[in-house]
Amino acid sequence: MRKLFHFNGGVHPPQHKVESVKDPIRKPPLPEKLVIPLHQHIGTAAKVAVMVGERVLKGQKIGEATGNVSSAIHAPTSGKVLEIGNFPVAHPSGLSELCVTIAPDGMDEAAPFSPVDPFSMDPAEIRKILRDSGVVGLGGAVFPSAIKLNPGREKQVRTLVLNGAECEPYITCDDLLMRERADEIVKGAQIMRHLLHAEEVIVGIEDNKPEAIAAMKQAAGDEIEVVAVPTLYPGGGAKQLIRVLTGIEVPAGERSTDLGVQCFNVATAYTVYRAIACGEPVTSRIVTVTGNVKNPGNYEALIGTPMDFLIGLSEPLEGSRGALMGGPMMGFDLPSVSVPVVKATNCIIVKSEKLFPAPPTPMPCIRCGRCAASCPADLQPQELYWFAKAGNFGKAQEYSLFDCIECGCCSYVCPSHIPLVQFYRYAKSEIWAQEREKKSSDIARVRHEFRIERTEREKREKAERLAQKAAQTRAQIKAEENS
Amino acid sequence: MLDAILVMSGLALFLGSLLGYASIRFHVQGNALVEKIDAILPQTQCAQCGFPGCRPYAEAIAEGRAEINQCPPGGEANIHKLADLLGVEFKSLNAKHGAEKPKSVAFIDENTCIGCTLCIQACPVDAISGAPKHMHTILSQECTGCELCIEPCPVDCISMVPVAVTVSNWKWKAPSYLQEAG
Repeated sequence: MRKLFHFNGGVHPPQHKVESVKDPIRKPPLPEKLVIPLHQHIGTAAKVAVMVGERVLKGQKIGEATGNVSSAIHAPTSGKVLEIGNFPVAHPSGLSELCVTIAPDGMDEAAPFSPVDPFSMDPAEIRKILRDSGVVGLGGAVFPSAIKLNPGREKQVRTLVLNGAECEPYITCDDLLMRERADEIVKGAQIMRHLLHAEEVIVGIEDNKPEAIAAMKQAAGDEIEVVAVPTLYPGGGAKQLIRVLTGIEVPAGERSTDLGVQCFNVATAYTVYRAIACGEPVTSRIVTVTGNVKNPGNYEALIGTPMDFLIGLSEPLEGSRGALMGGPMMGFDLPSVSVPVVKATNCIIVKSEKLFPAPPTPMPCIRCGRCAASCPADLQPQELYWFAKAGNFGKAQEYSLFDCIECGCCSYVCPSHIPLVQFYRYAKSEIWAQEREKKSSDIARVRHEFRIERTEREKREKAERLAQKAAQTRAQIKAEENS
Repeated sequence: MLDAILVMSGLALFLGSLLGYASIRFHVQGNALVEKIDAILPQTQCAQCGFPGCRPYAEAIAEGRAEINQCPPGGEANIHKLADLLGVEFKSLNAKHGAEKPKSVAFIDENTCIGCTLCIQACPVDAISGAPKHMHTILSQECTGCELCIEPCPVDCISMVPVAVTVSNWKWKAPSYLQEAG
């Protein structure tokens, strides 16, 4: 039996998970249109690789990975490219990004997939396949997995942690995936382990998912350890899960990789298996649709499926107004429900007045310190709040603002109902903006200095030229006078 | 008596050479304070502060010839930073020098441009490309939004366009109840 550790803080919000686990994973019908954003991952957006009017096959690359941190995008089904343009995407701003619109032709004809044997191949080759298959972290951060699966030259990854904790209320997509496809997850984990040369693989699952734990234990055999961890939000945060399973506390500003631990979501392991052993790129994901709907459940939705299409399948009830993407703790309000499902869409929660009543008016902070007691990152949320509110972002940064994982525990326990996380998101984006400005001002400084130098050089050269000419003329006049 | 003189002069020699060595070994190139101030300034090079660029303004601040609140593009945030750096009181932006505006870049209406090169000569960061009697255009990536090109244009074909908000530069707003409460 593995000795488990604790992280500080954490909360127990109402779970709301039973509603959406009654049915197995459902296969939705094909929607009329798929809108596939080219920027679904952290890093550089993929570059369009198709043309309007072209027929594409299922799994065909429609976006090429560009730059070091990037990932490819694929057509989820066969059909015709209708349009390439800017459409609203799933983002709290409601802004548009470049998308490829595909009209499915209903044949679902696939491009030939080429499975490979990962254990007899060069790891660099496998990483390239993962990058070209669009494999990214499906826990929500959508970071390209190929990069995380590179152990580097010196650093040794000892422990591979698979994250099946799924701590956030309402979300059950990983739960169902583990129940139904445990074998594939385990095979994916073995490929990952091979790439990282990890000594041990631990799967952490919160103990509120006994079916998933049983299924994973059966699939895992002896090599992979499946551990039930206590249900405590945010136990599924990467740093929190690593802490619970290994006792390692990742210091501020460092990554778990530096300490020999690498963490992936179980769904990512599943897509790694599909990409390598079946040759099938990421073109769908499991999405929980729940909240104020008659028929909550999980769908294996094609990337690009409009969210209102999935919500329609679950039959929204009276009093629905808007939806959340992600969970109620960390998710965000969708400015529009017609945006497409992307690789980061783990859950869509239809809101109603009853389930999500308007938050009470915030009252002044009474310095009770409950937020600090609940913070799983061991921060001082009240201090961060003061600094963010006063616009003193530098100070907030000094108080480790960037170690905040935005889990929302502090806002959840705040007796004054202060939307603390909103303040931190605001402060973080202000700091990022300042850093961008700093970068461009550094470029401007160099260009300005160069310009000054150039104008001075030109002035000097002109003066020299004139002096030379004057000397010549003088010499000429002298010569004429003499003759 | 002689011992004391020897000891004292020996000490003086030793310490003197130590100081001399240190001043060579740890010599700081240029004026460190000016560098620090210059690093805070936005490098717009717009001259709204009354000096011909960010560096001259930084030098003026360092020498006490200018106040810290004369830079509209830097805004209040930069005044806070300058106040922190110099250990002086924060002052709100001096309206005489202009107001804080959202970041914009210049845009040349290429149908109207006559190719006079006056804007190119005015641009402090070489962000306009073009040649005599040929159309000019702004390199919007390099443009600092200083507006110095607008004045010299004889056909008024340059306008300032606010930088578009995209998913990558979008910012979370401060919680709305703060604004409602004033």
